[in-house]
Amino acid sequence: MRTVIFRTIAPYLAALMVLFSIFVLLRGHNEPGGGFIGGLIAASAFAIYGIGCGVAAVRRAITFHPMSIAAAGLFLGGVSGLPSLFTGQPFMTSQWWYVHMLGVEVPLSTPLFFDIGVYLVVVGAITSIALGLEERESD
Amino acid sequence: MAASDYPVDLSQAMRMDPVPPGDWLIVAPLLITILGGALCLMTRKNTDAQPKVAIIFLTLLVLACAGLLARVLDKGVLTMVAGNWLPPFGIAFTVDAMGATLALVSSIVALAAAVFGINDIDKSGRRYGFYPFLLLLMTGVCGAFLTGDIFNLYVWFEVLLISSFGMLVLGNERAQLDGAVKYALLNIVATTLFLIATGLLYGILGTLNMADIARKAAAGGFEGPLMTVAVLYFLAFAMKAAAFPVNFWLPASYHTPRIVVAALFAGLLTKVGVYALLRIFGVLLPDARLMLSDLIAVVAIATMLTGVIGALAQTDLRRLLGFLVISGIGSMLAGLAIGTAPAMAGAIFYAVHSILVMTALYMAAGVMRALGGSYSMRELGGLYRASPVLAAVFLMLAFAVSGLPPFSGFWPKVLLVDAALQDGHGWIAGAILLTGLLTTIAVGRVWIYAFWRGGAEGTADGQLTATLVVPDEVRGPGVWLPIGLLLGLVVLIGLQPEFMMQVAQRGALTLVEPLGYLRSVFGDTVQ
Amino acid sequence: MEPAFAILIGLFFSVAVYLLMSRQLVRVLLGVAIFGNAVNLLIFTSGRLLREVPPVIPAALQVPDVTIANPLPQALILTAIVISFSFFAFLLVLAYRAYQELGTDNVVEMRVAEPTGETAPPQGY
Repeated sequence: MRTVIFRTIAPYLAALMVLFSIFVLLRGHNEPGGGFIGGLIAASAFAIYGIGCGVAAVRRAITFHPMSIAAAGLFLGGVSGLPSLFTGQPFMTSQWWYVHMLGVEVPLSTPLFFDIGVYLVVVGAITSIALGLEERESD
Repeated sequence: MAASDYPVDLSQAMRMDPVPPGDWLIVAPLLITILGGALCLMTRKNTDAQPKVAIIFLTLLVLACAGLLARVLDKGVLTMVAGNWLPPFGIAFTVDAMGATLALVSSIVALAAAVFGINDIDKSGRRYGFYPFLLLLMTGVCGAFLTGDIFNLYVWFEVLLISSFGMLVLGNERAQLDGAVKYALLNIVATTLFLIATGLLYGILGTLNMADIARKAAAGGFEGPLMTVAVLYFLAFAMKAAAFPVNFWLPASYHTPRIVVAALFAGLLTKVGVYALLRIFGVLLPDARLMLSDLIAVVAIATMLTGVIGALAQTDLRRLLGFLVISGIGSMLAGLAIGTAPAMAGAIFYAVHSILVMTALYMAAGVMRALGGSYSMRELGGLYRASPVLAAVFLMLAFAVSGLPPFSGFWPKVLLVDAALQDGHGWIAGAILLTGLLTTIAVGRVWIYAFWRGGAEGTADGQLTATLVVPDEVRGPGVWLPIGLLLGLVVLIGLQPEFMMQVAQRGALTLVEPLGYLRSVFGDTVQ
Repeated sequence: MEPAFAILIGLFFSVAVYLLMSRQLVRVLLGVAIFGNAVNLLIFTSGRLLREVPPVIPAALQVPDVTIANPLPQALILTAIVISFSFFAFLLVLAYRAYQELGTDNVVEMRVAEPTGETAPPQGY
């Protein structure tokens, strides 16, 4: 698999896919998309990068251990159920804030943070499995 | 896009009255274990900090569960629907006395296991993730006890199952892989059967909320299809609970992992299956329970007797204890088979007792192994001289597991035998008493061989050949504190059973007369 | 449509059970995979089959104006697929490790945890 063409393309392809995965994640609230599918796209980006440039390069690129990323996502997902405690509503009730930034109204909400949590869990877990399998192949 | 763009009347989809902050105790166990598990997973490399983080979060869990039980006893059944949707559309968490009690006892056992694990789980085991798995296992266990939605119950079952897989293969020994293959395959088949039944139930009644299912099933009209669903549930959860004749995965796997993992599994996992059976046949499908009661009785008696006879035939201490776990499941199923309020109370009480005593017995077995160098009854001996305390502890636990007074095993057996005789099930009562006798023989023999005689098999009478050195790994509070905690509870419940008795009866009442359960979900208008 | 699906589901289940009863671990794993898919199809069918109308409510309305596909079974199946996928991944790795360590993929020969010819416990000192 490690042809010159693939090795040259893989970093750009991976970067593009990660960017696209974030786009899919963010449009997920009202249209098809969301954290799960976005996470899968990002995880496959890392898998492609791993095939092209080696597992060590991927581990360097994502800085944290994949399982730590998944754990951070789990934590974020859990925490995003909490704000409704302060408004007298049950667990996981969505809260919305409309923030004006640079003249644009940006709706922020707890489902968004939950979705980001899901995204991180999926990225972490799938990347962890994929890198584990790729490492096994190479040795 | 601002919210005002949608002229939506939220009162048609959501509850508008505010929720008292105290109701957050319902989801607190889940939040604590998920956040604690995530933190532990993030600090996986820091093997010294892991036990501390886990113990802090598990202490919080115990406190939260205790608070939840107090609130349930005070206010009756509690419900919180995630996302504030009106039931039955949101995922509901509905807690009654049974669920809260079992969650509390499970969290105490998990705390004990976390402390015991400081010595038992080495650095590589910690780096592999023992403590995150422990916390996530507790997420699954507590979630299963607290949820009020049948599909959500399936999800919690899977959460605890996948964490248990991780714990089971911790260490990667050959026997562990062998045991894990059987454990994993049979448990996956069981959860798949559970999912099949849930799919069919959804097809029949069009709802997944437990209270809504109870209401719609009681309205009648679907007896035949619901019976199929009930039988599927019975098979699925009997597999989970290791009831005869689908119990063979348990003695094949429970003796393979680290002893603290085995202790935790023996205490918790099968009881979640029993809990699901009690919930489904008590609240959801009571008519099916009536029709199946003879079958359940036969399964219960067979489970009790095959369990204890299996225990009598074992040389390996851990496998013997595994068979005793199965035998205890039979007693709980007997309560379900009789089905009256006292019998259900007996089953709940027995579950509490079994969680505490089986975990403590496995931990004691771990200490015996450290002292005597083996789990085999042929090679153990003379431990009385090495550790008189352990001899006393094991004897007390042996009495408790056999159902002798004044320990926690006595009272649930009294309840069960009494309920069986009152309802005209003399043979169930007889089987429970016979099981008690055989259990006494099985564990009494362990005590005689391992503690009383002078040394391993072949030692002459009056001789002492066992080594009397107490190794460092079983010194100190990390080993004795958890065993002491569990034993203390076993003795306390045995001497002062009133509180547990009252709680179990409250739980049983919800099972037999689920009106309070329904009203908690749908409001006071439900008839 | 439901009867045809019922037959198909039955076919899936019989293939899965046949494979699950096999002695080769690989076949058992294939059985598990088919078992999971059979259940997904079952849930899908018990949610009633309809022509595909996406369950999206127009912005101006509170309830959909036409009969829409039931979104709940799809959500359930998605959950079940994710779970069964992760289980299958775990089982594959477990089976591979077991094959490496135990040197067999025949479940009858996997007797490390429960060795044959175990002796009975001692009868006396």
